[in-house]
Amino acid sequence: MGSIVEINGPIVEVELPGVRTGEQVRVGEMALIGEVIGRRGERAIVQVYEATDSLRPGEEARALGHPLAAELGPGLLGGIVDGVQRPLNRILEESGDYIARGLEITSLDRKTRWPFVPAQGVVPGQTLNGGDVLGTVQETPSFEHRVLVPPGVCGELLEIVPAGEYGVETVVARLRDLTGEVAELKLYQRWPVRTPRPYRRRDDAVVPLITGQRILDTFFPLLKGGKGAVPGPFGAGKTMVQQQIARWSNADIVLYVGCGERGNELVDILESFPQLTDPYTGRSLMERTLLVANTSNMPVVAREASIYVGVTIAEYFRDQGYDVVMVADSTSRWAEALREVAGRLGQMPVEEGYPAYLASRLAAFYERAGRVETLAGGTGSVTLIGAVSPPGGDFSEPVTSHTKDVVQTFWALSKALADARHYPSVDWNDSFSGYAGIAARWWEEEVDSGWGAAREEALALLTQAGELARIVNLVGPEALSPEQRWVLEGAGLIKEGVLQQSALDPVDSFSTPQKQMALLNLMLEIYHQGARLLQSGVPVQELLRLPLLGRARRCKSSYSNDQLDELKAWGEEVRATFEGLRGEYSQMAGAGQ
Amino acid sequence: MKEKEYRMGVRAQGGLLYMQGIPGVAFGDRVQVRDHRGGLRNGRVIRSAKELVLVQVFEGTDDLDLENTWVRFLEEPFRMPLSPELLGRVFSGIGQPRDERPPIVSSLSRDVNGSAVNPAARAYPKEFIQTGISTIDGLNSLVRGQKLPIFTGSGLPHNRLAAQIVRQARLLNETSGFAVVFAAMGVSYDDARFFRENFESSGVLGNVVMFINLADDPPIERLVLPRTALTVAEYLTFDLDLHVLVVLTDMTNYAEALREVATAKGDVPSRKGYPGYLYSDLAEIYERAGRIKNRHGSITMVPVVSMPSDDITHPIPDLTGYITEGQIVLSRELNNQGIYPPVTIPPSLSRLMKDGIGKDDTREDHPRVASQLYASYARALEVRNLASIIGAEELSGLDKKFLAFAEGFEKQFVNQGEDEDRSIIETLSIAWDLLSLLPYDVLTRVSEADLAKYHHRERGAVEHDLDDAETRPETVTHA
Repeated sequence: MGSIVEINGPIVEVELPGVRTGEQVRVGEMALIGEVIGRRGERAIVQVYEATDSLRPGEEARALGHPLAAELGPGLLGGIVDGVQRPLNRILEESGDYIARGLEITSLDRKTRWPFVPAQGVVPGQTLNGGDVLGTVQETPSFEHRVLVPPGVCGELLEIVPAGEYGVETVVARLRDLTGEVAELKLYQRWPVRTPRPYRRRDDAVVPLITGQRILDTFFPLLKGGKGAVPGPFGAGKTMVQQQIARWSNADIVLYVGCGERGNELVDILESFPQLTDPYTGRSLMERTLLVANTSNMPVVAREASIYVGVTIAEYFRDQGYDVVMVADSTSRWAEALREVAGRLGQMPVEEGYPAYLASRLAAFYERAGRVETLAGGTGSVTLIGAVSPPGGDFSEPVTSHTKDVVQTFWALSKALADARHYPSVDWNDSFSGYAGIAARWWEEEVDSGWGAAREEALALLTQAGELARIVNLVGPEALSPEQRWVLEGAGLIKEGVLQQSALDPVDSFSTPQKQMALLNLMLEIYHQGARLLQSGVPVQELLRLPLLGRARRCKSSYSNDQLDELKAWGEEVRATFEGLRGEYSQMAGAGQ
Repeated sequence: MKEKEYRMGVRAQGGLLYMQGIPGVAFGDRVQVRDHRGGLRNGRVIRSAKELVLVQVFEGTDDLDLENTWVRFLEEPFRMPLSPELLGRVFSGIGQPRDERPPIVSSLSRDVNGSAVNPAARAYPKEFIQTGISTIDGLNSLVRGQKLPIFTGSGLPHNRLAAQIVRQARLLNETSGFAVVFAAMGVSYDDARFFRENFESSGVLGNVVMFINLADDPPIERLVLPRTALTVAEYLTFDLDLHVLVVLTDMTNYAEALREVATAKGDVPSRKGYPGYLYSDLAEIYERAGRIKNRHGSITMVPVVSMPSDDITHPIPDLTGYITEGQIVLSRELNNQGIYPPVTIPPSLSRLMKDGIGKDDTREDHPRVASQLYASYARALEVRNLASIIGAEELSGLDKKFLAFAEGFEKQFVNQGEDEDRSIIETLSIAWDLLSLLPYDVLTRVSEADLAKYHHRERGAVEHDLDDAETRPETVTHA
């Protein structure tokens, strides 16, 4: 038991001998929760997750003896928790529309009973190790929750309960380790959020994450187990891109961490996801989704914790052998929370007021992504996607530039594209993906052997058109040769027919890899056909007048994922039109001679 | 302790009063400071330690004689008394009457800092508000519970626009109780009077609560003013079930006051000297807008943010844009051409528009028309750029049409009278007049059915004067 010495915003200094760094404490009469972030002699510096108003020096402080830990077990999915994993729905029941302080609420509901089935072949007498599957709980109709032996625990199984309904606190199994000590295993376990959960081996990521967004999947792919970032100034559509990923990714579990962002955005997800169908399982999207919410008006310190809570939950599902995607919106707010605490502690600021450890903390966070062989020998992955909100849209600021150094896929959003309502406003010049080579193997095997070549050609066309557009802006289109004008048209087809994608249009919102490829091939085909006609003397004006150019741009929303045969049939028509033109002109040329 | 007065000030500087040797003062509590002339000032504890208590004095620390300054700790946070009597009144930032009428007496009072709304309790805003202003209704629709700032510059008519929104804002097919909370921070006397007269002449004054801090009033009071105002707004909304429109002007003055105090406290500065917590601090204010499930009222917020040197990347508009649900941006260029309201379309945005418009709310073609106007205007601006280099005569037939579209768009769609209250149907009809200047083929964002129904020319009559090469892509060129 100790006492408060000083209150300075969210930073409280307490006299609490013997407390450890990282330990949870409760301070004041209201018993606000906080975490020790430093020691100075007998005194400890505590960052408090709740507003510290009305706290006064002299009030008591109490150490809780454990670090900030996540409760991991059945009941996580479909819910919304705050930055320190307190379920917001239960806070709502207890304290009404506004979040009260000092609440004591467990992360997982203790009352719900879950149908637990022991894993086949798990019998008393057997030796179990950390990470082994003890049994399963069908948490939602589409999701089987695997109850694991916690990492670090091993021994001989003394007993295990029969199949039946149990609460999370029920002891379902007992193990005796080599020293004879008995460990009681429950349906849930705790894990300190700042420590990565262990795995057997790190594997290379090999399979692309399919998000159904053409510019992401086809042009700048991300792998399952990879690290990606979405930087963009406000109004560039960051949130929309993140939400689309959360909606359509082919992952087993999606974690959406709203870190210092708008409350209404989370409400949007909470209200819309239950209505949406997961394209892979046909079930409600909410059944595989979990939200961690620390909105911008919630206390800043919990914001710092929220992404660690999120990634720990992600790792827990990975350890069960699942593919998990975690979207963090936005890592800039997390960095700002670091900065605020550092500032209050009087630490020396380096760039733009950020502490010197910003880069290493960012890198360490992203390092928790990966595809691994789990302790039980299965395969699981955590894919991390962080939004970055650079001040003034300046990508050279510290958070964006440090993030750029650690991620492999960088989806840079552009204000100029967003202003012209070109969505998603992913800029093809500034974005990159270090995974294109690996992704190509998958695409070429599963979808189309021409993927790599088509992608490169399209990107080259866009770059070329960018240069030509500069000339047009200076001297007008008249200065260009017919071939160059056709390049501009080809790039236009790719931009409008492939890259632009409407999240609000039910047909266009999600594209299967097959449709993505079909659209890209179609646009390139039109470009090639036209280029060939130009060579045989057809004037470029004649080509630009073709109504099929307008129709091609609408194909993305005219043909659904199931209508690829119709789309291909239309492609045949296009070919026939070009053949016809070629015929006409060769006749004319013949007649002229 | 409440009865005791302390005279232990050791330093007074930049609005901060340092006190020593006072035990157990609660963080955030309200303080009363009596100066040597007996004048009372208000303050708040912003740091509390056994050795040192730091008090922020809202009226400033000028002319404080430490030997004769007496401080009383009131043992409660800053609270605002709340009653229906508030309507029609004028207050200072700390809730004291400014209209020579008696103070509000009520048994109900609330902490002005409020607490965070549980995201799980929020309801998603989706009811279209018709402001009668085409650039807002047509392209950046406002919905109930949204926070939509006006980004402006010095000398631009943001006040007139804000006043027009207050006068004209209404929900289609509904009449229900509404109120306006007007929070002015560091505004000139003339501006304050302009708003007052405006409310008076439009007959809404009885539904308005005004909080005024003039340019020559103490700047630190600006830090508490929006919080007091929003506490009142929350009371009107959630206790009296009113729909409340909150106008905050000017948030830049607020942020500057914050910087002033942060500097005096010695906080680590981040960009342009603003403290690192500017984002969180602004969010505490802006996020108090919204709707709550199972409650009737709503708080819609229109903050006015002036962009220093018209720079939208300045920390104040920049951080605001990250928190609010869109922005209406005013442009000096349009203003100089005599266009009112000078809303510049490309950077303006309403994030909540998508759920408030369309078939059941406005008209089925509205979302596509908005997208088409944005895209066509973006292209038209490019053409205009080009015309300024190679001359308008050199443009292709289609480009000339785009040029005409841009002209018409600015003069007829953007431009409107200060008293002109356009219905959404009128706005959409002007939009189609303008889109009809362009041929079918370039209108790829509207559907075939829209074209058939609203485009003025029939498909067959589409002119084939696409005679010369077009740089068809409407997307921006990447320079």
